[in-house]
Amino acid sequence: MNELYRLATGPLLWASFAVFVGGSLFRLLELFLLARRRERFLFTYLSLRYSLRSIGHWIVPFATVNWRRHPVLTIVTFAFHLSLLITPLFLLAHVVLWDEAWNVSWPALPDAWAIVLSLIVIAGCVFFFVRRRVTPEVAYVTSASDYVILGLTAAPFVTGVIAYYQWFDVRLFTLLHVVSGEALLVAVPFTRIRHMLFAPLTRAYMGSEFGAVRHARDW
Amino acid sequence: MPETKPKDAPPAVDEGIERGIAGLTEERIRKAIRRVLSGETGARLKAYVDTCIHCGLCSEACHFFLSRDRDPAYAPVGKVKQTLWEMLRRDGRVGPEFIKQARIVASTHCNLCKRCAMYCPFGIDVAYLMLVVRRICHLLGVTPLYIQDTANSHAATLNQMWVKDDEWIDTLMWQEEEARGEIPDLRIPLEKEGADILYSVIGPEPKFQAQLIYQAAVILHVAGVDWTMPATPGWDNSDMAMFTGDNEIMGRLKRAHFETAARLRVNRIVMGECGHAFRSVYDVGNRWLGWSMPPIPIVHAIDFYHELLEEGRIRVARLFEEPVTLHDPCNVVRGGGLHEKARAVVRRTCAHFIEMEPNREHNYCCCAGGGVINCGPPYKKHRVESNRVKAEQIAAAKLKGAKIVITPCHNCHSGIEDIIHHYDLGVETRFLGDILYQVMEKP
Amino acid sequence: MTRSTDGPWDPAIVDLPLSPWRDRFLWVEEIQASPAGDAAAAVVRLGEEGFSVCVNGDPWPEPFEKIWHLRYAPDGRLVALASREGEWTVVVDGVPWENRFSFVWNPLFSRDGSRIAVAFQRDMAYGMAVDDVPWEETFPNLTCPLLRADGAATAAVVQTEPLSEGDIVKYREGIYTAAVDGRPWERRFMNVWGLACSADGGGRLAAEVRLSPTEYTIAVDGTPWGETFACVWTPLVHPVRGTVLAPVRREGSWWLAEDGRILWDRPFVQLWQPQVSPDGRHIAAVVAPAFGRWTVAVDGRPWKATAGEMASDPCFSPAGGRLAVRFKDHGRWTIAVDGRVWRQARQMVFTPVFSPDGGRLCVRFKEQGRFGYLLDDRPWELAAEAAWDPVFSPAGDRLLLRTVEGGLFRRRVLPLEDFGKV
Ligand code: SF4
Ligand code: SF4
Repeated sequence: MNELYRLATGPLLWASFAVFVGGSLFRLLELFLLARRRERFLFTYLSLRYSLRSIGHWIVPFATVNWRRHPVLTIVTFAFHLSLLITPLFLLAHVVLWDEAWNVSWPALPDAWAIVLSLIVIAGCVFFFVRRRVTPEVAYVTSASDYVILGLTAAPFVTGVIAYYQWFDVRLFTLLHVVSGEALLVAVPFTRIRHMLFAPLTRAYMGSEFGAVRHARDW
Repeated sequence: MPETKPKDAPPAVDEGIERGIAGLTEERIRKAIRRVLSGETGARLKAYVDTCIHCGLCSEACHFFLSRDRDPAYAPVGKVKQTLWEMLRRDGRVGPEFIKQARIVASTHCNLCKRCAMYCPFGIDVAYLMLVVRRICHLLGVTPLYIQDTANSHAATLNQMWVKDDEWIDTLMWQEEEARGEIPDLRIPLEKEGADILYSVIGPEPKFQAQLIYQAAVILHVAGVDWTMPATPGWDNSDMAMFTGDNEIMGRLKRAHFETAARLRVNRIVMGECGHAFRSVYDVGNRWLGWSMPPIPIVHAIDFYHELLEEGRIRVARLFEEPVTLHDPCNVVRGGGLHEKARAVVRRTCAHFIEMEPNREHNYCCCAGGGVINCGPPYKKHRVESNRVKAEQIAAAKLKGAKIVITPCHNCHSGIEDIIHHYDLGVETRFLGDILYQVMEKP
Repeated sequence: MTRSTDGPWDPAIVDLPLSPWRDRFLWVEEIQASPAGDAAAAVVRLGEEGFSVCVNGDPWPEPFEKIWHLRYAPDGRLVALASREGEWTVVVDGVPWENRFSFVWNPLFSRDGSRIAVAFQRDMAYGMAVDDVPWEETFPNLTCPLLRADGAATAAVVQTEPLSEGDIVKYREGIYTAAVDGRPWERRFMNVWGLACSADGGGRLAAEVRLSPTEYTIAVDGTPWGETFACVWTPLVHPVRGTVLAPVRREGSWWLAEDGRILWDRPFVQLWQPQVSPDGRHIAAVVAPAFGRWTVAVDGRPWKATAGEMASDPCFSPAGGRLAVRFKDHGRWTIAVDGRVWRQARQMVFTPVFSPDGGRLCVRFKEQGRFGYLLDDRPWELAAEAAWDPVFSPAGDRLLLRTVEGGLFRRRVLPLEDFGKV
C-alpha cells in the first residue's frame, strides 16, 4: 500500500499533471491549427471586446435570460463549478503538498469550508445525475459517457470526504482519492470535460459574431 | 432510452428526397460525409461537438420544442443527436434511410434561427451544425423537391422564381407605368451607372408581389433618392441554395449580385424587406466568396426607412390608426441588430404599438425561415403546428388590441400568414413598406 | 453645337446648354455623351405622345411609346431600345430596325461599334439579332448574350426545351447549352453560364458548365475539359495562345487553369476576372491572397498591396506593360497601378484609362454626387454634375473630358500639362 501511495503521490501525480497540462495545451493547439488550416476566416471576426462581453454575461449567475429561466439549475451549476475549482486549489492538505514539493504556498481554506464545498460538488453531481434521468430533453441526449464524466468528477470528492473523516480504511481511501483526482486531471483533455478548455473559445466566437457583426446580444 | 424519432413527423412523401436516396450506396454516403467532416469543416465543428455537455439547456430556445409539447427530438441538441452525432459515431457508415431522416430533420425541423445559440451556455451554433448536415445531403443529391426546384431556378436564371431576363425588365416597366398613375413623373431608373443606390429585391417580388416594387419606387422617388435597378441578372438578392447546402450556387448568386452593384458603380445596395436574403448577402454568401463583410454596403429596408424618416426625407402625413404589433425577423434582428430601428420606424408611422413577448433578440422565429417554407406543401402542416408558441404570442398581442402584425421579412410574412390562418387568429400581416407607403406624404 | 476649332484634338472648350431641354420636355433622363464629345443625348418625355430622344437639343422626328437603354456605340451612333404599339425594336440614330419583337434587351456593340446585337423575345421564343437580322432558330429561354469583339459572331446560353416548374428530373438530365449564331452545341448540360470567345475569326467559344450538381468544368466548342472541379468561373480565350483560361476551385481554394490543367503554382482564397495583356505576355486576375484581402496577381504573383473590400476591373495598358485595378478599402475607392496604391481615394472611382503608351493614367471619380478626375493620382475637383470616362488623344498628349457643369454639357480638350488648371 505504501508503495502504491508513493507511486500515486510521486511519479503518477507528476505524470497526471503533465498529461493534464500537456494534453490541454495540445487540445487547444490542435483546435487552433485546425482553425488556421481550414477556417482561417474565423480569426477575422474575433473581437476582444465582444468576447469579453459575452463571457462576462455567461459567467455571472442570472445575468442571461436562460440562467434566469432555470434558477435552481443556475445556482447548482455555479456552486458546483466554483466548488470544483476552488476546493482542490485551496484545500489545506493540497497547499501543504505544494509547499513541500515546490516551496510555494498560498492561503488555504479552513477544512470545514473545504468539506462544505466538496459536499456541494457531490450534491451537484447527484443533481446532474437525477436531471439526466428525469428531464426528457436531457435524457434524450445523454449517453454513457455523460455518466462516466459525472462519476469521474464525483470520485475524488467522495473519496476525499471519506478519507478526511477516516471512515473505512483511511489509507485505502486516501489512495483512491489521489488516484481518482489524477484520473480526473487526465480526463480533462480526453473527455467532454474539455468544455472547460473550449467554453471560453466558443463563447468568444459567438460573442464576437453576435456583437461585432450582427449587432445583437447573445445572452 | 427515449424513442429516437420525433413524434408526428410528416409522412414526407417527397419526390426530391425519395429519388435522391434511391441511388445511394453506403460507400457514397460515407465519402460525402467524410468530404464534409474532414475536408470542408474544421475547428468550429470540432469545438461544438466536443464542448456540448448534453445539458439540454438549448431546448427551450426552440419554438419547435416548445410547440411540440417539449418533444426532446425537437430540442436543438436532439436534432444534432439524430444527425451529426450519429454520422460521427458511426464514422459515416449510415444508410440511405438515415440520410433521408437527417435531411428531413436538418431541413424542415430547424429554421437556422440561431435562437438556441443565445441559450446554450457555450454559444454552440446548432444552426451551423444543421447547415453542415444539409451540405452533406446536398452532396448526396437528397433535397426536398420544392426547394431543389427553387435552387435550380437560382442556378439557371440567377433568380429564385424562373423569371426570365425580359420578364424582369418588363415587370419593372409595368410597375413604373402603374405608379405613374399616382405620380406622373415617377421613374424606375434602369442601368443608371453611378447612381447612389442599387435597389434589389427577391425573386417573388416581380413574380407575385409586383406592387411592392411599385411602393418602393414611390418611397424612393418621393425621398429624392438617386437610385437604379439593373436590367441584367444579379438583381435578385435571395438565396435558397444557401439553405439546400449548395454553397457553389450560393456563391455564384452572391457574386452576381455584388458584381452587378459594382458594375453599376453604386455606393450602396438597399434591399427590400427580406430576412434570409440579408443573411445571405451580409454574412454567409459573401464569406464563401472571401469577402469578410459585404464589399458594397447592404442596407436592409428597415434601416433605410429609418434613415429616410430620421433625415426627414419622408414625412408622415397621418399615423396608421389600427393598433399594430411587430414581429422581429431572426435574420435582421439576431442577424443584424435592426430591432430598435424597426421599433423607431413603427413608432414614427403607427399610432398604437403593442409589443409581442418575448421580443427583440429573443423573438420566436416565424418557422418559415431557413428554407423550411420553401420545402413546400408536404411540410406545411408540420410547420404551422411547430409554431404554436408564435400563435400564442400573436394571440396575446391581439388580446391587448393588436390588429396588424408587421412582419418586415418575406419569409416571416408568409409564415405568419399561415399561422394566422391555421390558428384562426383574426389579424392581418403587413410589411413595414406597406405602412410607410400608406402614411407618407406624397406630392 | 458649333465647333470653334478645326481638329478634334485642338485644345478647346465647347459648351452646350441643357436647360432648354428641361423647358421643352416634361422630363429629361440621364444624359449620354458621344464618344467624341461632340453630342449629348437623352431620353425625353414629350407628353401624351410618349417619349423621344433629344440629341443636341433636337428630338428624333418620330416619338415612341417607350424608350430605354439609350447608349452611344463606339462609332458614335446613338442606339436605343424603343416600343411602338406594344412592339419593341432597336432604334439607331432615330431609325428603327425593320424587325419587331415582343421585347429586346442587352444591346451589345462590336469593338469598333460597326455591329449591334441584341437579345430578343418574340412570342415567347428567344434569340439574338445582329444588325436587324434575327437568329433563325429560337429557344424557350436565353441568357448571357455575347457579341464577338469583331462583331462577326453572336453567342448565348440557351435552354433547348421547355421545362415545367418542379421538374427536377429533366433539369438534372440537362436542357441547357450554348448557341453560336443560333446553332446550339450538340451536348446538353445541367447549367451553362459565362461565355467567352476569341476576339476574332477562327476562335473558340468557351463556357462554364455544370455536369452534375457537384461537378463543374469548362466546355470549349461544346466539349467539356476532361477534368472536373468543385466550381469554376467565367473563362477567357487567350488572344495569342488561343488556349482557354479559367478560375477553378479545388479543395476549397481557387486556381487558374489553362485548357484543363492548373497553370499557376499557387491557389488563392478567391480568383476571378482573369485578363491577358494585349501583347499576350502576361496574365492577371483579381485574387484574394488571404480571407478578406483583395488584390491582383500577375502571372501567379500577387501584389503586396491589398484592399479589404474589393479589387475589380483589372486593365492592362494598351501595350501591355502596365496594369491598373480599382481598389476599395475602408469604404473608399482608389486605383492601384503596378502594385502601388494611389493616395487619392474617393467615394467612387470609375474605370481607369491608360494613355496609348501606357505612361499616363486617368480616371473619373465621384464624391457626394459631384464628379472630377484623377490623373496619375493628381485630383481635379471639377464638381461636375455628370462626367464620362476620359479619352486620351492618339499621341497621348491631350485629354478629352466630357462633363456637365453648371447645366452645360462641356467638351474639353486640353494638353495634359493643363490638367487641373482650367
Ligand atoms: S436554430 Fe432555431 S429552429 Fe434551429 S434548433 Fe435552434 S432554435 Fe430551433
Ligand atoms: S445547451 Fe449547448 S451544451 Fe447544452 S445541450 Fe444544448 S448545445 Fe449542448
